[in-house]
Amino acid sequence: MNKIVKYVMIDILKSKVVLTYLLFLIIICFSIFNLDDNTTKGILSLLNIILFIVPLISLIYSTIYIFNSGEFIELLVAQPISRKKLITSIYAAVSLSLVTAFILGTGIPILIYSPDKTGFLFIITGALLTLIFTSLAFLGSVITRDKAKGIGMAIFIWLFFSILYDGILLLIMFQFNDYPIEKLLMVLSSFNPVDISRILILIHTDYSALMGYSGALFKEFLGSQKGSVVIFIILIAWVIIPAIAAIRKFIRKDF
Amino acid sequence: MNTEEIFLIGKKLWQHILNGVTKILPFFIFIVVVFPLQAAVVNVSKQDKISSIKQAIAIALPGDTVIIHGGVYKEKNIVINKKLTLLGKNNPVLDGENKYEILTIKDVAGAVVSGITFQFSGFSSLKDLAAIKVIDSRQILISNNTILNTHFAIFIASSDNFRIEGNQIRGTPGDDEQSTGNGIHLWKNSYATIVNNRITGHRDGIYFEFVQHSTISNNYCKNNIRYGLHFMFSNNDEYIKNTFEENGAGVAVMFSHHIHMYSNHFMNNQGASTYGLLLKEINDGIIKDNVFEQNTIGIYLEGTNRIDVINNQFIRNGYALRIQASCNNNNVHSNNFFENTFDVATNGSLVLNNFNGNYWDKYDGYDLKHDGVGDVPYRPISLFSMVIENIPVASIFLRSFVVFLLDQSEKIIPSITPENLVDNTPLMKPVKM
Amino acid sequence: MIEIKSINKRFGKLHVLKDVSVQIKKSNSVALLGPNASGKTTFIKCLLGMLIPDSGQIEINNQSIMGDYKYRNMIGYMPQIGRYPQNMTIEQVFDMILEIRKTSLSGADTELIDAFGLRSLFSKRMGTLSGGTTQKVSACLAFLFSPEIIILDEPTAGLDPLSSEILKEKIKQERIKGKIILITSHILSELDELVSEIMYLREGSLVFHSSIEELQNRTGEKSVSKVITSILKTPYE
Repeated sequence: MNKIVKYVMIDILKSKVVLTYLLFLIIICFSIFNLDDNTTKGILSLLNIILFIVPLISLIYSTIYIFNSGEFIELLVAQPISRKKLITSIYAAVSLSLVTAFILGTGIPILIYSPDKTGFLFIITGALLTLIFTSLAFLGSVITRDKAKGIGMAIFIWLFFSILYDGILLLIMFQFNDYPIEKLLMVLSSFNPVDISRILILIHTDYSALMGYSGALFKEFLGSQKGSVVIFIILIAWVIIPAIAAIRKFIRKDF
Repeated sequence: MNTEEIFLIGKKLWQHILNGVTKILPFFIFIVVVFPLQAAVVNVSKQDKISSIKQAIAIALPGDTVIIHGGVYKEKNIVINKKLTLLGKNNPVLDGENKYEILTIKDVAGAVVSGITFQFSGFSSLKDLAAIKVIDSRQILISNNTILNTHFAIFIASSDNFRIEGNQIRGTPGDDEQSTGNGIHLWKNSYATIVNNRITGHRDGIYFEFVQHSTISNNYCKNNIRYGLHFMFSNNDEYIKNTFEENGAGVAVMFSHHIHMYSNHFMNNQGASTYGLLLKEINDGIIKDNVFEQNTIGIYLEGTNRIDVINNQFIRNGYALRIQASCNNNNVHSNNFFENTFDVATNGSLVLNNFNGNYWDKYDGYDLKHDGVGDVPYRPISLFSMVIENIPVASIFLRSFVVFLLDQSEKIIPSITPENLVDNTPLMKPVKM
Repeated sequence: MIEIKSINKRFGKLHVLKDVSVQIKKSNSVALLGPNASGKTTFIKCLLGMLIPDSGQIEINNQSIMGDYKYRNMIGYMPQIGRYPQNMTIEQVFDMILEIRKTSLSGADTELIDAFGLRSLFSKRMGTLSGGTTQKVSACLAFLFSPEIIILDEPTAGLDPLSSEILKEKIKQERIKGKIILITSHILSELDELVSEIMYLREGSLVFHSSIEELQNRTGEKSVSKVITSILKTPYE
């Protein structure tokens, strides 16, 4: 293993935040599965929590971690090591520990209670969301110099994707509902990783079938094999593009 | 007289008797054995003299039984016009070769058709060709037949007091509703009993038009492309303990009154405009002890008045109840609502129906008085369901946080949802059923 | 040999380095002087690649350092205020840097570590160290790999007199070995035996860069501090 990844990993494990996160996920999952006798409903209740918590934890933790490793980064940029390697190693270590915590924390309960396609899809989507918001956190903290500003930015990113984006879409919908805006709204919502993850899980449960006309509408649009592939491409693009932007910014950053 | 004379007389007499008996015997046998056989039972078999059903029907007298033995009979338009019992033995198959109506019972009282397999009736867009058609008849029994791949399976018109029991009906749906016939089709009948049939792959599983005082019970309708059961202009009927699964829509009751719907199971009727139960222009019915499970819409009510919806279970439906503004004086009480995406939806703001005394799993009020009734009213309509009502594409926001916020704020200060659609006595625990 | 060709660096509106060009030949020890905020640290950080100049070229041994990182193998750097991961112990910091430089402690120059007596503190966390001890760690790291170029940003600031002397001795030794040494300091008196050239920056511009002898000849003063004060009194042409 890359030695920087190793050092960062050790550092992350020492701080125990990620371990707490893991425990938190396990407790939440088990309690939800125990409360709901129906596992599909359990997955759906879990979905709400995950869509909320995974982005928030990934963003805030990654941002704080990067700012707290300011000294570490400063020490290493004066050493014979390439900046690209430095930042990618830190990214790898942070995202790896968050993703591992997520997969263990939700994977174990899901494996016990709901080891099916939906459960599997759920884990994959959650892992991708973790990566996406870690990437965004890296980008945010590479751009800002100040810790308070960085955390503010992380919270804004979270608010934006969790609430504001949908709020704006709702406004568009209300304003223009006399026009054929179905396709437009679906396309727009698929640009939000939180929305697209939610829709992806929903169309793979029997939930959308129960939604009648509109359920059929977006099942037709996104529920096909091709639709799922497109969704995954969008999610992966959300991981890669901010990560690359963060790396490029970091390479030119002043210390 | 000596003994010899007596013996001779006796011998002659005996011969006489024997002679007479041998002369009478054929008649005797005819009367005792053959006549009843000839009169009561006509056997039809591919190997026997009588190898055609038409022939057998022609020979048979009213009240006779025609036993059809195993084999495939390709006879077009068999007509029964007298009181006969048609029994199948060793699985005879009546084949319509995709061209003809197979069996018609016309103007008969007391005919029976039982234990026969019918297949491949003809298809015509002008005539409703069927496997078994009954017209202007009474006291007919159609039981334990298997009817495969026909246009209409059983078609009964202008008849009464008949019974359709234990038939297995499997169709192959055509391209659309027009090219597919109904499983059991009743038109202008009364006092019909339809029991224990299983109907799949037709347009409507069971279709009632102008049918009165009839009972439908313990049937199973699955995968019919339009409705599992369909009432049009039919009054004073009841359907009990049937199961309607994965049909275009479970049951549609239209333009009828006094229909009793008890203990049925409506499940997995899912799709763009699909219901467990569709009520349209219906008055004075009772919907009791039914289970609505995983339907897109549990019950859809339009132009419906004075219906009691009591003691039903609504489980995991998209919408448990969709009650249009054209409905008045309906009574929804003592039902259980579990895990439905939306409990109730409506398209208007004025609600003249009563929703008191149900159990709603989404209710989060309290019961300080401990009388089993929540102290705070429950509003079963969510703001978001009103939004989806007007803008279907809004369903992309389903289970998003924004919607959660909207619904919460609406709960606190209702502004858009109908003010009087409210359960003032929500139950704290589910009704035991 | 270090060759710096007209580098510029701005932080927003602030023009920190203005068209600075310097050549530092092998075996030279240079004092980088100037008032506060004259761009000394910025200059050093540009050399280290921690800051990227807006324009201009920096070459070390005729190789541009832009986009390169391997050249830093040749450089030992002691920052003005060393910032280290708070959770790591001194030993872990050494181990990590050694690992990055692909050597072990046995193959490294540990003279300073022993002289400062740091080994007894190896298990202490960086966060618990005093400013002086942290500076000692920084100093040790700068000399650990016997680099060809040693860059020291205010090396004696925060060190006790004894440690100061130890460090100065070390610098002298390395100078004798023919290394390029770049020192910034406010304490002019301590530079006397350490440097052969003086670079003077003011408001981001290079005011002069000449050898001590030349400056001594010109001013008639002996010690570095006197030389500088004398020059600053009379405008330099």
